[in-house]
Amino acid sequence: MERQLFVLQRLTALVLAPLVLVHLGLIVLAIRGGLSAAEILGRTQGSVGWALFYGAFVLAAAVHAPIGLRNVLNEWTPLGRRAADRLALAFAVLLLALGLRAVLAVVA
Amino acid sequence: MPGGRNQEGRCQPMTDAVGDPGELLVRVWRGAEEGAFASYRVPARPNQTVLDVVTEVQRHHAPDLAYRFACRVGVCGSCAMTVNGVPRWTCRTHVRRVAAEGTLTVEPLRSLPRIRDLAVDMAPFFEKWQAAGAAFEPSATRADAPARVDPAAPERRAADAGIECINCAVCHAACDVVAWDTGYLGPAPLLRAWTLVNDTRHAGRAATLERAMERGGCASCHTQGSCMRHCPVGLSPTEGIAGLKRLSLAAMFLGGG
Repeated sequence: MERQLFVLQRLTALVLAPLVLVHLGLIVLAIRGGLSAAEILGRTQGSVGWALFYGAFVLAAAVHAPIGLRNVLNEWTPLGRRAADRLALAFAVLLLALGLRAVLAVVA
Repeated sequence: MPGGRNQEGRCQPMTDAVGDPGELLVRVWRGAEEGAFASYRVPARPNQTVLDVVTEVQRHHAPDLAYRFACRVGVCGSCAMTVNGVPRWTCRTHVRRVAAEGTLTVEPLRSLPRIRDLAVDMAPFFEKWQAAGAAFEPSATRADAPARVDPAAPERRAADAGIECINCAVCHAACDVVAWDTGYLGPAPLLRAWTLVNDTRHAGRAATLERAMERGGCASCHTQGSCMRHCPVGLSPTEGIAGLKRLSLAAMFLGGG
């Protein structure tokens, strides 16, 4: 299990690295270019590409971040191993739910 | 007489002030988990080690001072302490290299239960060795011919690079992850696992590798390298842990793990 989590965290980091760069570039572009919310939605709604891009982003983040959080909880809190596992899992579910909801809201 | 020595030349407890350059101010932890530093002045001598200084304090001023040593030549690994905030083997640490302005602060090793004064309970450290699968399992019997091991083989060279550990627990005390996470096996036990995994005579190589990658194993290492930096015999547990990760991942993707 530990080995799988170790691998998953690194593979998702690999996926996240370019996605985060594109995401940050996109924010700068949208703000500096003065795109309105309506203009942004006009580009994202119905777009399979953006759905796939942000869907992958959310999925990778929901796997990557809770594994790191689990390590932080183990190292920095007196919580037991099991409690850390459960909290990290709950955080993963939360990230996944909020993220997918946000993706749906802009592409559906 | 400056520095507080009495007529017999013995050291006296002093206030924390550096005085005579021919003397050292030594602050020594007294007590267990609860305690305080006591200050002593001892003569500064040429080629004096930190262990010499601690012994001088014990012989001449504090006969009830508890500390641990045996060989005095850097082989047994029993005299490690925290000297001016850094874990060190005290028998091979010369005072002139570490005494900041004539002051030495000597404490027990970090991340181990304090028994008394400078002596720590090493049991948790050795229990982690066992937990990491430190025991060699023979793959042959005494009836078999001695194993032929090529000293130039990559596996043997990797094992040789980590085999000279003296179990001093300096790396254990230097590691921040050990301090944060009591479940982490730590550098020395994982380096031992690495040498066993590379020992072609060890029957349990796959099991040792498996155990090293379990919870509290090498995935917990942050690769900060403090173990490597402070190891008194120049070993690199960091490299061993990286090797274990590499082998473990290879076993996972290529099979056999």
